[in-house]
Amino acid sequence: MAATNEKQAVLTVENLSVRVGTIGVKVVDDLNFRLPAGEMLALVGESGSGKTMAARSVLGLLPPPFQVTPESRIRLRDTELTGLPPAKLRDIRGAEIGMVFQEPMVSLNPSMTIGRQMAEGLALHRKLGKAEIRDRSLAMLERIRIQNPERCLAAYPHEFSGGMRQRIMLASVMLLKPALLIADEPTTALDTLIQRDVLDLMVELTRENNTSVLLISHDLGMVSHYVRNVVVMHKGRAVEQGDSTEVLHAPKHDYTRRLVDALPRRSAGGIRSAGATGEPLIELKDVVIDYPGRARLFGRTEGKRAVHGADLTINTGETLALVGASGSGKTTLGRAIVGLVTPSSGTMQFRGQPLAYGRDAASRSLRQAIQIVFQDPYSSLDPRQRIADIVEEPLRLDAKMDRRQRQERVREVFAEVGLAPEFARRFPHQLSGGQRQRVAIARAIVSRPAFVVADEPVSALDMTVQKQILKLFRDLQARYGFACLFVSHDLGAVEQVADRVAVMENGRIVEIGGRDDVFDRPQHAYTRRLLDAAMLLDRSFAGGAAQKQVAGS
Amino acid sequence: MIARALGFPALRFNGLIGILLVGLLLFVAVFGPWLAPYDPLKLDLLSRLKGPSASHLLGADEFGRDMLSRLMYGARTSAWIAFSTVVFAIVFGTILGILAGFLRGWTDRILMMVNDALLAFPGLLLALGFMAVFGASRNGIIIALGIAYVPVAVRVVRGTVLSIREREFVEASRVMGNSEIVTMLRHVLPNCIAPIMVLATTMFGWVVLSESALSFLGLGVPPPAPSWGNMLSTGRPYINQAPHIIILPGLCISITLLGVNLLGDAVRDWLDPKMQD
Repeated sequence: MAATNEKQAVLTVENLSVRVGTIGVKVVDDLNFRLPAGEMLALVGESGSGKTMAARSVLGLLPPPFQVTPESRIRLRDTELTGLPPAKLRDIRGAEIGMVFQEPMVSLNPSMTIGRQMAEGLALHRKLGKAEIRDRSLAMLERIRIQNPERCLAAYPHEFSGGMRQRIMLASVMLLKPALLIADEPTTALDTLIQRDVLDLMVELTRENNTSVLLISHDLGMVSHYVRNVVVMHKGRAVEQGDSTEVLHAPKHDYTRRLVDALPRRSAGGIRSAGATGEPLIELKDVVIDYPGRARLFGRTEGKRAVHGADLTINTGETLALVGASGSGKTTLGRAIVGLVTPSSGTMQFRGQPLAYGRDAASRSLRQAIQIVFQDPYSSLDPRQRIADIVEEPLRLDAKMDRRQRQERVREVFAEVGLAPEFARRFPHQLSGGQRQRVAIARAIVSRPAFVVADEPVSALDMTVQKQILKLFRDLQARYGFACLFVSHDLGAVEQVADRVAVMENGRIVEIGGRDDVFDRPQHAYTRRLLDAAMLLDRSFAGGAAQKQVAGS
Repeated sequence: MIARALGFPALRFNGLIGILLVGLLLFVAVFGPWLAPYDPLKLDLLSRLKGPSASHLLGADEFGRDMLSRLMYGARTSAWIAFSTVVFAIVFGTILGILAGFLRGWTDRILMMVNDALLAFPGLLLALGFMAVFGASRNGIIIALGIAYVPVAVRVVRGTVLSIREREFVEASRVMGNSEIVTMLRHVLPNCIAPIMVLATTMFGWVVLSESALSFLGLGVPPPAPSWGNMLSTGRPYINQAPHIIILPGLCISITLLGVNLLGDAVRDWLDPKMQD
């Protein structure tokens, strides 16, 4: 261990500050760290903490109003990077410092084949011949276990899933064997199962090439499984710095403690009695949902079956969590219950009546009783409506309420979801992600529904905010007694809200049971894999700890 | 400060210039007949092709008619044609575009089939065809150019609607039980405003130019009545002897376009909640 300090530092950052303009606010304030060769270091913080700005200043890729202050020092081995002319910086980017971005959906150019994108860096920095580039690309694709690499080179990004794209992105960056890899939330957009795969691959590849890694993440739990050295950032400052296990188990700073508290753990949700207590509210029998193929000039292309015969009962007042990886059909099933998707066969019942959405009065009252909270609070609120109007809208369908009553009810709901009254006149873009999700929840419960579908309601939010929203959800449920279908890939969140858990894989429900039964005695292999990937703090699992040992030594 | 007191958000300098220029155009278009120093049709052969002087402030044209008066009367014709045509094309284009984008299915397919067939012809050629039907009058021009530009508006609006209808707030509106019409009017239409405004201001320019092109082909506003377009086209032979005959209407068109574009941008920002901080 002592040897690490003597190792030559690949990246040394001293007094790094980033300002808006030359005299504006500091978004990064006096950051210091050194990253030895072949090691990993993580910048951890929530959105707005300045972690991405810090990483971008290393590459000289700060967006325009932001500037590195003159006293900042960033050294790559012995080269000072601050103040380097753009042409020199371009030689270093890609060749010496590689970067993997958060969104695999947009960081690959959709109009170029994988082969051409992988070749770009090699052709630019290594001056190799076509055949040589192709050989190296093929070898790298084989290395990351892509089946049929030849075919992959000729394929376009849209033909791959998010996880695959992130592997390919990683491969094309590592192809140049950079001395430093900057990974900016490389797995945040992926679901938990695939997160593990991609991170494991990143550790393998960088270790093979003795590449140092600067990992940027909001997820302290995940980071502590892979990385020994962490810097916790809050509002631009490094509030705590050191060994990840120590930071995790004995946080010194207040903010770090809050961050650690928000981490998913098995015991967070407390003990909960399993089993049905209320009457059956929603009953699904053998529900099959197909997505039709694309309409062509003659006929249609073949459709895709998203849900293969699901049976599910949700009782009055309980929360049933529906978990699974992306593509498992869990969201589709949730959307079918609120009527956004029509099942091809099977029956859906609400309070013993068939669930059918038409134009008659019965359907309208049904609409009032069943509501949904969407995943992305940035797209689920109309950007041109004021917050009060958004929350009031469902009430406008209730002919019995006049304007005064509606406004009264809106005020009530504002207080209940913890929104200050002055937000009423604002527009969605003026609110933070957590506040917006409160608005979305307010809209869903304002008409006092009996049942709410929550489609990944917290996965777009910061950890500490997630925790607040989940707590709010449970409190509201206790007050109003609505039942909830909580759709999520995140077992950490599920643990905090669910009474029962149903696990879905490839359109089939493979396991269903009380929360504690599923978490402590998983029956199905897929459930076990999901649990391992969730990295609950106090649940041991294979892999990660061992990885860190090797990565850190 | 005044703008804010009137309930506008802080208008940028550009917006004020836009309002000023368009205001001037409207003022001249409305009060032109009272402001003009001469009858725009009165011939004065002695002043033929003369440049600006005390009696004719902006000179006279090839028949000795007073340029200032003709420009003022022309403003009336050209502004009326341009505004009416743009309103015509945008209103019909928006209605059809929203129907096609929101209803999808057969409505969309048939509408877009006709639309694409029309788009395949250059706008001016289409307008020429319609002019043959409606006749070369002011209203004929408005209808002909209006129809010719509807397909462009349909395309733009439909594209915007297609991207907005997939957003979750539209689904949220369905889930709460709003009818399709309410969803369309309350959530989809207001979010189409920005591209529609941009299109409308751009289209204003196309229409003024198309009107002059039609005049050039002898199908515009019939002479001797002045429009900026036909002043441009009839003045062309004299470009060497008396350049002011063609420069002045050209300048009027350019300034009007500038004003309309600036105003269009300002209105778009004004309607955008993100600009109201």
